[in-house]
Amino acid sequence: MNRRYLKAFLIGISVVAAFVILHYGCQESKDLTAGDEAGRVYVAPGTYDEFYLFTSGGFSGQIGVYGLPSGRMFRVIPVFAQDPEKAWGYSEETKPMFMTSHGFIPWDDAHHPKLSQTDGIADGRWIFINANNTPRIARVDLTTFKTAEIIEIPNSGGNHGSPFLTENTEYVVASTRFSIPIPNKDVPINSFKENFKGTISFIKVDKEGAMNVEFQILVPGFNYDLAHAGKGPSHGWAFFTSYNTEQANTLLEVNASQNDKDFIAAVNWKKAEEYVAQGKFKTFNTSYFRNYFDEKKHMGFSEEKTSVKVLIPEECPGLIYYLPTPKSPHGVDVDPTGEYIAAGGKLASVIVVHSFSKMLKAIENKEFETTIDGIPVLKYESVIGGEVTNPGLGPLHTEFDGNGYGYTSSFISSEIVKWKIGTWEVVDRIPAYYSIGHLCVPGGDTRKPWGKYVIALNKITKDRYLPTGPELTQSAQLIDISGDKMKLLLDFPTIGEPHYAQAIPADILMKNSKKIYPIEENSHPYGIKAEKDARVVREGNVVHVYMSTIRTHFAPDNIEGIKVGDVVYFHITNLEQDWDIPHGFAVKGLQNSELLVMPGATESIMWQPLKEGVYPFYCTDFCSALHQEMSGYIRVSPKGSNVAITYGTGK
Amino acid sequence: MGDESPPIYIQVLFNMKTQSKIIIIAASLILIISFFFPIWYIDLEAPQYPEGIGLEIWLNKITGQKPHDLNNINGLNHYIGMKEIIPDAIPELKIMPFIIIFLIAFGLISGISGKRSLVYIWIVLFFVIAAVGMYDFYMWEYDYGHNLNPHAAIKIPGMAYQPPLIGSKMLLNFNAISMPHIGSWILVASVILAVIALIIDMKIKKKEEANA
Repeated sequence: MNRRYLKAFLIGISVVAAFVILHYGCQESKDLTAGDEAGRVYVAPGTYDEFYLFTSGGFSGQIGVYGLPSGRMFRVIPVFAQDPEKAWGYSEETKPMFMTSHGFIPWDDAHHPKLSQTDGIADGRWIFINANNTPRIARVDLTTFKTAEIIEIPNSGGNHGSPFLTENTEYVVASTRFSIPIPNKDVPINSFKENFKGTISFIKVDKEGAMNVEFQILVPGFNYDLAHAGKGPSHGWAFFTSYNTEQANTLLEVNASQNDKDFIAAVNWKKAEEYVAQGKFKTFNTSYFRNYFDEKKHMGFSEEKTSVKVLIPEECPGLIYYLPTPKSPHGVDVDPTGEYIAAGGKLASVIVVHSFSKMLKAIENKEFETTIDGIPVLKYESVIGGEVTNPGLGPLHTEFDGNGYGYTSSFISSEIVKWKIGTWEVVDRIPAYYSIGHLCVPGGDTRKPWGKYVIALNKITKDRYLPTGPELTQSAQLIDISGDKMKLLLDFPTIGEPHYAQAIPADILMKNSKKIYPIEENSHPYGIKAEKDARVVREGNVVHVYMSTIRTHFAPDNIEGIKVGDVVYFHITNLEQDWDIPHGFAVKGLQNSELLVMPGATESIMWQPLKEGVYPFYCTDFCSALHQEMSGYIRVSPKGSNVAITYGTGK
Repeated sequence: MGDESPPIYIQVLFNMKTQSKIIIIAASLILIISFFFPIWYIDLEAPQYPEGIGLEIWLNKITGQKPHDLNNINGLNHYIGMKEIIPDAIPELKIMPFIIIFLIAFGLISGISGKRSLVYIWIVLFFVIAAVGMYDFYMWEYDYGHNLNPHAAIKIPGMAYQPPLIGSKMLLNFNAISMPHIGSWILVASVILAVIALIIDMKIKKKEEANA
């Protein structure tokens, strides 16, 4: 009897053990990558990545630059947030870049980087990005990886739905996330339905990149969310999602989620151009700023604009149509052929894909459900191209691989769903860790995607990395899409919150990357071309120091005659013409940031010495073997002292 | 004409055949090309310069291999106390073009006149000028490499920074490689052509004599 029990007990134990081993074994095989993934993302020392990846910094206000497939970070480009490392927003030259109709705004929330296009393909000239909070769009020059221009969007309550580009970068489009009274005025908030409006803006981009708010369209007071311009056959149109068609002004999470369908606004911008040319616009007086950086003068300039052309849909038939779309749609993404318009209805149970050709037909046949403020609402059945069922919960954004598949991020179920254009069937899905927002396929929103990878841009990381207290990193995940099955290759952390990202083959950008600024082209009014021109000039209580740097000294490096109460401007010209030799500048008690001056550039920083004494200054960028010697002194005398201005180097 | 060809010192005075005249004229004219290419280069290899940095020496100027190389080399050289290379202050660069123009003119005259003696003189002149040139270049390198500022930041007892005349040499962190550039090869080609012209001329004459 005992023996039988023992036998049963042993069998029982081994069965349990088998299950335990099976259980943990299976878990392990779930978490471990299969082996060749490490090789797929390994970029050997001294060799280059295949793609550049530009991620938005979200609340950091900047752009992160990474390499793919390694996930190595190369640079943070300061855009909408001050950056003391690069004196961005601290130097006299860059302060104008932060000017708005609300004054100097040192921060913003940057969401959607967007590479400039030619013929619907990323061309690597510029990358645009939006400021969500104080509505602006920035243009970053990809030869210098420096912000070249920032334009404010008038009559906008929040610039989420931007910057999306037409096929040849004719326009950057922007839509207001929050509707507001236009022009803005003091009204009760609950007069929303009566007083609040939205705008859709078309910002013209000229050949040099200069932006101008060409016209705006006044639209019903909904929340306009995201956008994409048409391509190929749908070139000439742009599509904008909207939610809160309920027009709620409080507790939107409930009150803006009641309608079964909201709208995608389809704008015929070629038609809009005609109306503008015919003078069918109203001129709205307003105030907004255009700030641009002159690369030869090494200086930012700020100009105020005071009016904008506005088209009213009721007066411009054929300008804009509404496509009913379930339910509070977020992303609106046009497939590479330009025929299909996929909507990420974030509360919808399907991904709705509209057909552009059916839309044109419906417009021709006037298949309208109703009209809102002069905007015809097309019949849902007339424009629908297909529905992807079982797409995961909370579908947000879709990118395409150019091989007939769409990849949609589903926030709530935290996964990427791959589906086939035309049959609308889901063919694969892969989890994202965790809560994916946007996703990015290299060239995935262009006419010719480069494909190969999809990058998941995640909001939450929880246990994916070593913990860093309550505030954790956000992350990107690199997923291989070259086979039938998606395969996770790599996790890497990002700066800020990576809302969206765009990738471009490295060889398109590398060959244009500038190494230095030619000193002979430097036309900064306080710049100098040679060390012999270095000088100190007093104008009342303002002192201009024309200073040069070259390995390994400042000229001048001894300055006397500065007094308490003076406003001192250091204008530092880096005379180096050698690759990767910036010099820095900082003086003790400098109330501003350091300067980090690139070869051939001039930058200025303002200092107000508060106490008499001798103040050392030095180079902050380890520039050479004698970097530690690259320093100097400034003598500050009391107010009213008669110490004369003297200066020199090596005297 | 006798049965025996005259001794060589007599033949020197003879006129050349047309083929050889043309080759001599061509040999002179290709020297023009040497104005459009550097005659020498000095590559400097160092870990900090993966993109390369170096000098090109032309008949009438010294330039960097890339637009700012010369300034950057001068900048680096100041640490070890080498003089700045200021092309305008180097007299050879003013003289050399005239020497080449003289060689072209001399070559053309000898080609057109067809005097073998002139061609011999031309070739000898060529070698003399080349030898003097190389010596001068060596002395220039010697001066730059040895005549150092006593207040230089980096002083290494016994260390000189003279680049090699031809070949490579480690100078602190830099490997200096000094080699002839296209311009020099043009000069060499010109001399070789002149020699070929003489040989062809000799052969034709021998043939004619044999036939005669």
